[in-house]
Amino acid sequence: MFYRECGQFKSGYAADQAIFPILQDKIAMGVLLAVAFIVVPLVATEYWLGSILIPFLILSLAAIGLNILTGYAGQLSLGSAAFMAVGAFAAYNFALRLPMLPLVVDFILAGVVAAAVGILFGLPSLRIKGFYLAVATLAAQFFITWGLTRFGWFSNNSASGVITAPRIMMFGYELTSASSRYLLTLSIVAVFALLAKNMVRSQIGRAWMAIRDMDIAAEVIGIKMLQTKLLAFAVSSFYCGVAGALWAFLYLGTVDAQAFDLNRSFEILFMIIIGGVGSILGSFLGAAFIVLLPIFLNVVAGLFGSSLHADTASHFEVMIFGALIIFFLIVEPHGLARLWQITKEKLRLWPFPH
Amino acid sequence: MFKPLLVSGLLASLLVNPSFAADAPKIAEKDSVKAEQFFPIMTYRSYTAGATMFGAFTDYLAMINARDGGINGVRLTWEDCDSEYKTDKGIECYEKLKKQGTHGASAFALLQTSLAYALIERSTEDKIPLITLGSGRSDATDGSVFPYVFPLVANYWRQNVAKIQFIAEREGGLEKLKGKKIVNLYHNSAYGKETLAVLDAQAEKYGFSVEHFSINPPGIEQQGIWLQIRRTKADWVILRGFGAMNSTALKEAKRAGFPIDHIIGSAWSSSEEDTQPVGDAAKGFIAASFNGGGDDFRVITDIKQRIYADKKGHVDEKYIGSIYYNRGIVLGILSSEAVRVAQEKFGKQPLTGEQVRWGYEHLDLTEARLKELGAEGLITAIKTSCANHEGGGKMQFHQWDGEKWKVISGWIATDDSFVKPLIQASVAQYAKEHHIIPRDCNLNP
Repeated sequence: MFYRECGQFKSGYAADQAIFPILQDKIAMGVLLAVAFIVVPLVATEYWLGSILIPFLILSLAAIGLNILTGYAGQLSLGSAAFMAVGAFAAYNFALRLPMLPLVVDFILAGVVAAAVGILFGLPSLRIKGFYLAVATLAAQFFITWGLTRFGWFSNNSASGVITAPRIMMFGYELTSASSRYLLTLSIVAVFALLAKNMVRSQIGRAWMAIRDMDIAAEVIGIKMLQTKLLAFAVSSFYCGVAGALWAFLYLGTVDAQAFDLNRSFEILFMIIIGGVGSILGSFLGAAFIVLLPIFLNVVAGLFGSSLHADTASHFEVMIFGALIIFFLIVEPHGLARLWQITKEKLRLWPFPH
Repeated sequence: MFKPLLVSGLLASLLVNPSFAADAPKIAEKDSVKAEQFFPIMTYRSYTAGATMFGAFTDYLAMINARDGGINGVRLTWEDCDSEYKTDKGIECYEKLKKQGTHGASAFALLQTSLAYALIERSTEDKIPLITLGSGRSDATDGSVFPYVFPLVANYWRQNVAKIQFIAEREGGLEKLKGKKIVNLYHNSAYGKETLAVLDAQAEKYGFSVEHFSINPPGIEQQGIWLQIRRTKADWVILRGFGAMNSTALKEAKRAGFPIDHIIGSAWSSSEEDTQPVGDAAKGFIAASFNGGGDDFRVITDIKQRIYADKKGHVDEKYIGSIYYNRGIVLGILSSEAVRVAQEKFGKQPLTGEQVRWGYEHLDLTEARLKELGAEGLITAIKTSCANHEGGGKMQFHQWDGEKWKVISGWIATDDSFVKPLIQASVAQYAKEHHIIPRDCNLNP
């Protein structure tokens, strides 16, 4: 009823190729962005901004990174957290050793360094595939975190290996409040999400998908395996690197290799599996599911008050979380993004049965 | 039809999270009700010893409420948050709990060094003290640069000096350390790494050699390392482990044939939770502690009578009197005393974190006062000041006899002359890096 595109005619290729070809989608996206940029900072508490929305956005960015590599180019990776660590440490070192650079440039350079490391660890993908590649990227996970803690230069010889991120300055202002950090994170994530969306709709994205669907066929139609696969690794690691830098600077406030352990890699992988492999929207939905659900369960447990012991509550949280993951994967193996798509298709007919 | 409905319902409930709006009225309601002093409890269940210590802390707060009706009529309240021993989860807990209670959190007591590092700047800005009992960062002992951090009783560096002193005593004097080989087996985390530089400096001073081996958390794979240690022909091993790493180390040491009574555990390797599951392999293991064990203290009797008699305790009863349990009691005593001291200055009412901080900085727990509190022998006298956020506790060494810890040393006072210059150098560097102008401790004693 509300979601129907009849009467919306496309009179040119540009209109047909738009990200949101349907007017309702455009409006919905505009409203969503307006809410995220204007209403949320006004309404949400510091706790919500600083401890829930910022990590949600940053992990969404990392999930987009992994989705590019795994979802679009079909290369399974378990090293996302390691590339985040590279980004975090690179940003720290740029900020420390080249203090004249603006913060955003630090973040982008951090992404570039992560991309370089990503290419290095992407090289085996030319020879090995599937689960075997996952194991190779697992090596990246262990090697990088080992290297970052082993060599003191990366952490400026800090005794503990935990380093405080420098103060965040933008245009001469110091970003200390949660809302300013939230807005910076949101802007960066929004820009990169838009870039990613356009990338996967372009020639590059289609080349990735061709490789994912059948690499021999892709090679036959003239897609260069080496460049395309390594490009996927580079772009994916770039996104993860930026996410890692944001995680260290805007969320934790410390740069700590422990924050990027294997569990984080799995977490990001679960995000794209639950959210939807091969979908930018899915990256956000998956991140929301993984970040928000435990907190939601916690709140629900809080409603029971003191009758529920804290340890029982945290055990329940893990159990319900696990059960929900299994439930979702059975009901919709293609993830939340697919569910959203189905919802949209049904909405086009609603309230009529046919 | 079923699927989208269900999902959109779930998504909607995720987005419209009740606590979004519910937080504010809940706090306001508390305001109007009563004077309360709020203590956040940053516990974690992933490691039982952590749960024991924070359970004991909670027990102590509950006992103060039950026995004395709070501190000068101000009731103590608390809320748990499980940090899962993860920094990011810990930060979420911190943000969640910092504004609760009448005037926000009194202090955050942490048993998680990497989280302490991450929270130093936040808590300084929020004016909430961080209590890192018996841990780090060690240089925060200098309160002129770290006004809000309190590594109370004994910081990592002091503990390390005590360990070397103990080894020297066993060897027959500090001069006998020359030529000895000590292996430092450490937890690869902020906690484990903090003593590396101190040990190196000590090795240089006393002429022993030290070799560092790191174990990645959780540390359940150590077979190779222990064969290597065996091959280095080490005289002593300092076990700077945590959680599962301790039990594994003892098991593997036994298997590799390393003499267990030449392994010295740090204060965080000294729990019954670590030694009991190992069985025979732990027999003879020596560990440092800055608090006594056993339940032969009046304060613990009070807790048993008032809390456990009504089945309202927060830990498994078999752990009452364990090292970590008593450590939680120490935390409770220090915290409630800080509130009491601060109340004398600021009035007998709920205090802000900033005011409680003043209390932590002016603790004066004499032996007489400890006796009054029923905690004589639990710790030694503590006196804090602006320049000394630690208070000068002493260390005791315990040996596991297969069933319980046996005290094998007196309270060892450590040589301050060694650690002090290190603290000063480290603090000066921190102040420079962070553009902090140190407070003058002579001006505001």
